[in-house]
Amino acid sequence: MSVAQMLPPAVTTKGPSLETIGMTKVFGSLVALNDVSIKVPAGSFHALLGENGAGKSTLVKCIMGFYIPDKGALKLDGQEVAVHNPRDAQALGIGMVYQHFTLVPSLTAAENLVASRADAPAVINWRKERRELETFLDRMPFRVPLDRPVSSLAAGEKQKLEILKLLYLNQRFLILDEPTSVLTPGEADEILGLLRDMAHRGEITVAMISHKFREVEAFCDDVSVLRRGAKVGGGKVGVLTTREMAAMMIGDAVIRQSAARVDPPRIGASLEIAGLFVENDEGRDAVAGFDLKIKSGEIVGIAGVSGNGQSELVEALSGQRPIKMGQVLINDQDFEPKRDHFYRFKVFGLPEEPLKNATVPTMSVAENMAFRSFDKPPIASMKWWLSPEPMRAQARDLIARYNVKTPTPDTPIRDLSGGNVQRAVLARELSVDVDVLIVANPCFGLDFVSVADIRAQIMDQRNRGAAVLLVSEDLDEILELSDRIAVISEGKVAYLTPAAGADRTTIGRYMAGH
Amino acid sequence: MSTGAPTASEVPAVAMKPAAGSDFALRLRANSEYVAIPAFALLMAALLFALFLLAIGKSPIDFVAYVWRGGFGTAFSFQNTLQRSSPLILTALAVAIPARIGLIMIGAEGALVLGGFAAAAIAVPMIGVAPPFLTLAIMVVAAIAVGGLWVGIAGYLRYARGVNETIASLLLTYIGIAIMNFFVEGVLRDASNPNKPSTKPLGDAYMVGKIPGTDVHWGFAVGVLLAIALYILMTRTTFGFAARVTGGNFRAALAQGLPVGKLIVSCAMIAGGCAGLAGFFEVAAIQGRANASLAAGYGFTGILVSFLARHNPLVIVPVAILFGGLVASGGLIQRRMDLPDATVLVLQGLIFVVLLTSETLYGRFAFFKPIKGRDRT
Repeated sequence: MSVAQMLPPAVTTKGPSLETIGMTKVFGSLVALNDVSIKVPAGSFHALLGENGAGKSTLVKCIMGFYIPDKGALKLDGQEVAVHNPRDAQALGIGMVYQHFTLVPSLTAAENLVASRADAPAVINWRKERRELETFLDRMPFRVPLDRPVSSLAAGEKQKLEILKLLYLNQRFLILDEPTSVLTPGEADEILGLLRDMAHRGEITVAMISHKFREVEAFCDDVSVLRRGAKVGGGKVGVLTTREMAAMMIGDAVIRQSAARVDPPRIGASLEIAGLFVENDEGRDAVAGFDLKIKSGEIVGIAGVSGNGQSELVEALSGQRPIKMGQVLINDQDFEPKRDHFYRFKVFGLPEEPLKNATVPTMSVAENMAFRSFDKPPIASMKWWLSPEPMRAQARDLIARYNVKTPTPDTPIRDLSGGNVQRAVLARELSVDVDVLIVANPCFGLDFVSVADIRAQIMDQRNRGAAVLLVSEDLDEILELSDRIAVISEGKVAYLTPAAGADRTTIGRYMAGH
Repeated sequence: MSTGAPTASEVPAVAMKPAAGSDFALRLRANSEYVAIPAFALLMAALLFALFLLAIGKSPIDFVAYVWRGGFGTAFSFQNTLQRSSPLILTALAVAIPARIGLIMIGAEGALVLGGFAAAAIAVPMIGVAPPFLTLAIMVVAAIAVGGLWVGIAGYLRYARGVNETIASLLLTYIGIAIMNFFVEGVLRDASNPNKPSTKPLGDAYMVGKIPGTDVHWGFAVGVLLAIALYILMTRTTFGFAARVTGGNFRAALAQGLPVGKLIVSCAMIAGGCAGLAGFFEVAAIQGRANASLAAGYGFTGILVSFLARHNPLVIVPVAILFGGLVASGGLIQRRMDLPDATVLVLQGLIFVVLLTSETLYGRFAFFKPIKGRDRT
């Protein structure tokens, strides 16, 4: 019998304090969490900072009961509590907002709220529930339309509904896992502001996983920094500088300096997209009349709230999705995403999550590095015959030049770490002359060092004359790398501005579709 | 990453154990998993089948003895086994090649039946007119072409229309058998044979001979050579490489601009061609005519052979011989142990179920996972 079942359900309306003491979690030979103690005072807004894989989510999952820690204790309002599963956490009033929505899209907000209740009756008296929902919402600092299907709500409203759901379930310690990644900057600021105000009124306590310094500094009270499973620092926001927080996150790793923007010595190719229409999986036009021209030696960043046609645009340009209408021109010649055109026009790509999108996990590193070259000499002879030795030689060369850490060229690529897979793909795509480069969320899921390395490589290609299309959900990345910024909204370019002097607020407004 | 299991990059270096043993030994250990788990599955299936035999009051030891005697024990029975394994090699190849491109095709039976029927049908007007060698050559071409077309349809439907290739190829099998029956019982029926509706017999002069010095027809040798050829095709040519990329990650293949449609249909057609060839040998080396006996289940046993061989063309040959022995001893077991001929099917079914279940065991045993020299980023 768990502790949660022995306690009466928490019916407080105050945000509790929460403390972890010496949390440790070991997976096999991996120490994912090493003696982590953090303290979140009641009514505060706490930030958990750390690199990808630093142990933030392991810590949160231990608090939520998804994992059972090997060592360590959890204290709520100073009392030690045992959480054996997520239901225990819920009963104690600890709730979590995930990176991606957990609402049922076809149901209304009211239905989502009532259905989320563990004690929802088999037959629901909607009139009574509605009355209770209204009184509940009257006590809340913000509300959402109750009667529209969730699918028709904007991302910001969905996120508010996720938070309302936790409050409705009387959960007063909220854990947010990168809650703003699907929001425009405006929506993010609004929601974080509301949460901070509620926390400061003592109604809730918030712990937020983030890697956006700007948000942490603007909204949070305290911060804990994790690195490689251990707590390496923390303190009051405002006392700690951004530089100090970054240094704690990265440790002593050397970060590659971003390559300077220089005028390219050669004129490569220009990429022109004219009147492009691409359907999504449901057969609707996700890309609808997209026009854009990218010059040689230019990075154009595509900013936008995810789901506005970015992934369909990238998939269409890289041959993964048919083009319904419109033209793609490279140097004023028709481009079709076929192998011979990729080769002739020197079109290369860096997709997001390369292990999933750009490799065959079960094939060897050498084979994966040969995807562009296996059907050309010296690997192929007589068009058909494949020689493993030149393939391995090419791999050895690329492994050395791009510093890919792999036991042998014959190791299956799935056995490499994320950063090394990314470097292997970079080596394949960028080791020859590149005229057109199509990049989508290149740094998703990577650590600081890899991120800096990859951004420098992209800049390097630009400086060597490539036309670069950069789609990213990370506005900071777009602001850092781009020469021009295009905002995509409902499948077309809503706003185009030179990156120098671009205004975050204006971009955010166009992202939101205004 | 803020969700999902922790990766190696989360661990301090201290937690990494150095790899033990030489590189070759490690690779051998890692690969032995692919032998040990199917062998374990075979053993488990054998145990279950022994229980089945005990439950119906028969001796499992007798059963083993008769399989040995009927399939492997004497020169005669072993040659019989090799003969039976010939269609199994070919139909297993018909499963293995599509599997390499990520498709589970189980339509070898239909392609075998239609290929054999096409060979027999095209021979009818040539018997006694054209020389045997030319007739056999045309029969081979017809069998491969029709078989290839038949499975090719399932491949095309998969690529162009997203139709599930497993269901499509299975249903095409039933259509194929029905088409053969339609002709064999109709316009192509040999009027002089009142017992079983069949096409006109080829006659001894038009039959495929035996491998010299043996009692095994040429189909076995062709099957072995084809297995080697297809192994080379899939591992040492640009076509095979492109097919493996497509099968391993369809999205990555598209992003490399590979002609995935052509690759998929080609692999399906190669598969159908293999099964069609099996049909040719059944007609031209065994039966001498096309009739309902063509649908003897070789196409379905081939599925099992290919899965047990993990779709490796070279491994298919010994596995096919093993199953050929089971098939060959079926008659003896039926007579001596007074068991229905479906008994062997029970064994095959058990093997298949246990084998598919054992797929979940891969990667679960620390023994096969020597700690790799994973490098952190």
